[in-house]
Amino acid sequence: MSFCLNLPLFMIVAPLSFSVISSVLKGKAARILSLVLNAICLIFNINILVYCLINGGSYTYMMGHFPHPWGNELKISLIETIISSIFSLVMFSILLGGKESIEDVIDHSKLNLYYALCNLINASLLVLVYTNDIFTGYVFVEICTLASTGILVLRGSGKSLAAAIRYMVFALIGSGLLLFGIVYLYNITGNLLIPNLKESIIVLWETGKYHLPLLTAILFITVGISIKSGLFPFHFWMADTYGSGSSASSSILSGVISKAYIFFLIKIICDVFTLEIFNATGVSTIIFIFALLGIVVGSYQAIRENDIFRMCAYSSAAQIGYIYMGIGLGTKESIVASLFQIGAHALTKPALFLSSYRISKVSDGAHKFKNLEGAYKRDMFASICFSQGALSMVGIPLTAGFMSKYLFGTSAFVFSDYRLYLTLIVLVISTILNTIYFTKTMVRIFTLSNDAIKRNDASLQYKIIGIVFMLSNFALGIFANNFIEIIQRGLEIF
Amino acid sequence: MLEILLNNRIECVAVILFAVGFVTLLVNPNMIKKIIGLNIMDSACNLFLTSIGFEYGKTAPIVVDGVTSTSAYINPLPAGLVLTSIVVGVSVTAVMLALSYKMYEKYHTLNLNEVYRINHESEEDEK
Repeated sequence: MSFCLNLPLFMIVAPLSFSVISSVLKGKAARILSLVLNAICLIFNINILVYCLINGGSYTYMMGHFPHPWGNELKISLIETIISSIFSLVMFSILLGGKESIEDVIDHSKLNLYYALCNLINASLLVLVYTNDIFTGYVFVEICTLASTGILVLRGSGKSLAAAIRYMVFALIGSGLLLFGIVYLYNITGNLLIPNLKESIIVLWETGKYHLPLLTAILFITVGISIKSGLFPFHFWMADTYGSGSSASSSILSGVISKAYIFFLIKIICDVFTLEIFNATGVSTIIFIFALLGIVVGSYQAIRENDIFRMCAYSSAAQIGYIYMGIGLGTKESIVASLFQIGAHALTKPALFLSSYRISKVSDGAHKFKNLEGAYKRDMFASICFSQGALSMVGIPLTAGFMSKYLFGTSAFVFSDYRLYLTLIVLVISTILNTIYFTKTMVRIFTLSNDAIKRNDASLQYKIIGIVFMLSNFALGIFANNFIEIIQRGLEIF
Repeated sequence: MLEILLNNRIECVAVILFAVGFVTLLVNPNMIKKIIGLNIMDSACNLFLTSIGFEYGKTAPIVVDGVTSTSAYINPLPAGLVLTSIVVGVSVTAVMLALSYKMYEKYHTLNLNEVYRINHESEEDEK
C-alpha cells in the first residue's frame, strides 16, 4: 500500500491534535504552527490529487481496519481532492494574508486561541469533504460551528458577540434538523456509511413503500444544511455576522465553511440519494425556487447597503444562491457548475473581504461608502485586488465568475420548460444587479480626489496573497476546461 | 392510523419533543430558554435513536451464560450514536452558556431582542 494513501488521515488528525498544542503556545508560535499545518495539508491534498489523476479513480480508507458497521471510512476521489485542495489553499492564504486583519482587532493574548480554532476548522473542513459516514459528517459540522462561533466572538466587541450568538442559534437550528434527518435515515435504512446507504435507499425507493419517509429525511437534511450555509430566506444573519467579525473570520466563514457544508449536501444528494431519487422527491424544485429568490433578493439587498462589508455579505448570499440553483436543477451538468462555483467563489470572496479591510483601514476605519472616496490613492493594490474580485463576481470574461455563469446557463439548456427560462432570466437580472452594486463601490473607491498618493504600507504577505487570489481566479477562468474535466471525471466515480 | 401511532409511540413523542425544542430555540428571545429548547431538541433525537436500538426480549451485547447468538442481543450502534450525540450536545450547551454569560456581562440582559435594540440605538447615535 502506497504511503500516499494514508495522507488524508494524517491531514485530519494533525490539525485536531495540534489545535490543543496551539492553545497553550504564544500567539506568534501558534500562527506559525497553523500556517505550517495548512501548508502541509495543501501539499498532501495536491499529492493525493495527482495520485488520483494518475491512477484514475478513487479509494476508500478504512480507519483502524474495522469493517462496516463498526468502523469509519474516508472516501478519496477526484472531486474530494480537488475541492479540499482549494479549501486548503484558501485557508492558508487567509491566515497568511489576513494577519493584519486578525492582529488589529483581536487581543494579542487571545491570538493563540484564534489559531487553535482555525486548526479545528481546518480539520472539520477536511472531514466534511472526505468522510464516508454521514454521522461523522454531522459531528464535524458541529465542531465547525463551535469553532467558527469562537473566531467571531474573539473580536471581543458587543456587536461581534451579538452577531456570533445569532450565527450560532441559526447554525444550531440547522444542525438539529440535520441530525434528525440523519437519525431518521438511519431508522429507515439501518446504515450510516454512504455506499450502504445508497444501496438501501435504491432498494427502498423501488419498493414504492418508503417514498414519504425518504422525502422527510432528505427534506430535513437539505433544510438543515441550507440554514447553516445561508440560503434565502435564512441568509439574514450573514450581514451582521460578516460585517462585525474580523475580515479574516468573514473570509473563512464565507469562503470555505459555508462551501464545505454545501459540498457535504452535494455528497449526500449525489452519493446517498442519487440525483434520480432526489429529483423524484421534488425537493430539487423547492431548492431551485429558493435559490433563484436568494440570488435576486441577495443582490437587491447588496445594492441597498452603504457598508462595504455588509454589501460583500449580501453578495455572498446571492452567490450561494447560484450554487443551490445548480443543485436545484438536479442534472450532472448543473452539479458540475455548482462545484465550479464553489471553487470560484472560495477563491474570490476572501480576496474581496481582505481588500475591503485594507481599503477601510486606510480610510480611518470607515465602512461606509461615502468615506471610501478616493481610497485608491491610499491603497492602490487593495483597490485593484477588490476590483478584480468584483469583476469576477459580475462575470467578466477570463475570470472564474464568468465561467460559472456560463456553466449554469448551458446546464439549464437540458430543459425546455420553466427551469430554462427562469435560470436565464435570473442570470441576466443578477448580472445587472451585480454590476450595479460593484460599480457603485468601485466608483467610490476610484473617485478622483486631490489627495496625494500615499505610500502603501500593506504587509508583504497581504500583497503576495492578493496576487495569488487574482492569479488563481484568472487561472480558474482561463483553464476552466481542465478543472471541469476533472470534476466530470470525478462525478462519474463519485 | 391510531394503530400506526400507537405502534410508533416513542417516535411520535420524539417528533413532538423535537418540534417543541425547535420552536423554543427559534422563537424565544431569552437565551436560557433557547438553551433549554436546544437541549429538548437534542434529547428528542437521542430518544429517537434509543428507540431504534431497543428491542423487547433482547439484552445488551455482553455475552452471558455462553449465549453467542446475535439474535439474543440488541444492536449496540444506536447506543454509541446516542453517546456521541450527548457529547456534542453538552459541548454546544457549554458554549451557548458561555456566550450567554458574556452577553449578560456586556448588556446586563439575557434577552436577545433587547441586545439587538441596544446595538441598533448605538449605531443610530454614531450616525
